[in-house]
Amino acid sequence: MNGALPPKLQGIVDEFVEVDRTERLDLLLEYSRDLPDLPERLQGVELERVHECQTPLFVQTEVEGDTVHLFFAAPDEAPTSKGFAGIVHAGLDGCTIDEILATPSDFAAGMGLAGVISPLRMRSVGAIMARVKRQLVERAMA
Amino acid sequence: MPLSLDTDTKLAAYAHPARLVTTDWLASHLGDPDLVVIESDEDVLLYHTGHIPGALKVDWHLDLNDDTTRDYVDPEGFAAMCSARGITRDSTIVVYGDNFNWWAAYALWVFSLFGHEDVRLLDGGRAKWVAEGRAMTTDATETTPSDYPLVPRDDATIRAFKDDVLAQIGNGPLVDVRSPGEYSGELLHMPDYPQEGAQRGGHVPTAKSVPWKRAANDDGSFKSADELRAIYGDEQGLKAGDDVITYCRIGERSSHTWFVLTHLLGFDHVRNYDGSWVEWGNAVRVPIEKPYVDA
Repeated sequence: MNGALPPKLQGIVDEFVEVDRTERLDLLLEYSRDLPDLPERLQGVELERVHECQTPLFVQTEVEGDTVHLFFAAPDEAPTSKGFAGIVHAGLDGCTIDEILATPSDFAAGMGLAGVISPLRMRSVGAIMARVKRQLVERAMA
Repeated sequence: MPLSLDTDTKLAAYAHPARLVTTDWLASHLGDPDLVVIESDEDVLLYHTGHIPGALKVDWHLDLNDDTTRDYVDPEGFAAMCSARGITRDSTIVVYGDNFNWWAAYALWVFSLFGHEDVRLLDGGRAKWVAEGRAMTTDATETTPSDYPLVPRDDATIRAFKDDVLAQIGNGPLVDVRSPGEYSGELLHMPDYPQEGAQRGGHVPTAKSVPWKRAANDDGSFKSADELRAIYGDEQGLKAGDDVITYCRIGERSSHTWFVLTHLLGFDHVRNYDGSWVEWGNAVRVPIEKPYVDA
């Protein structure tokens, strides 16, 4: 069941592919700006850190019924990490656990970003996805 | 025409005051046609969130490194990068960046590999400029492309390779500028930083541990000449005539210390080992000292 992306995430991937290189950076910046702040109840709570990102990024998942909610925290001085988190949030928040687990962690490879921000930096997306999935699996097994 | 030097008294006490400018100096010279201001950051998007008016972005991954070989751009690549930004051989370049100017120092070092004459660092970098409430903009910087000449890259004078480091052991000072945990071998990467894939932890035998941060104030600026002499001279016993090699993980933090030793303290022969621990910690049969004992 690996392969297909949830429709919202597929839409974002398509959006990146359709624009030129410079616009991809602008788009990533937009996603970093659109990343919602942590809700008050999670502020001050110790969240899991994504160590593979060069700048601090923290992720927290919550499950309500079958729906997953994603929360991220990153400083404004780290727009790239925030941008990746913004994409994952906009594409996967509200999906089911199964949909997220079935989403390939390397989905961002098809976004045409490697050439504008370098392949090394793209690893952050996979690292975010790995944390999200692990938290969901651990919760299911608990 | 190179721009006038910053006559700030703190800078005047350094060995090469011409290699630094203060935020005051930069603010009063913005817009000078012979000045090119470059922002070089760790975060590739940070420039786009706002930059010093007129500044141009240089990204270490995309603009300074070769995209295939683990090496720097060649003369054609460097000339193309400069030409696209309107840089001429006579331009005065001021570099600044995030994170204590790591990548700004790295960019300055790469410009120095190509012998660009007048390249200076903004003392305190982006953080100090922003903290002082100075102008930032998201306006795109207009440039008129120039025709930067093809100049050879000098890899002998300020750059060290693995074999140079091997030859240095027992013959000259090596300065490991990483964190204490990386030096001891407890950590394979910077605290809180991505795993950069070193197979072994520890340090090059005989290397002194002098973390880069010791040269910096909390606002991002460099410590005074006297403070730096106390650390690198009195405490570590390094002398201006020494042949020194600095290294870190991939050469960015050691560019910072290379700058300190070369331009602030006036050491004549300091080389930055850009292969650093990501190369050494993966190389077969190179000697390693590892004080940390795994539990």
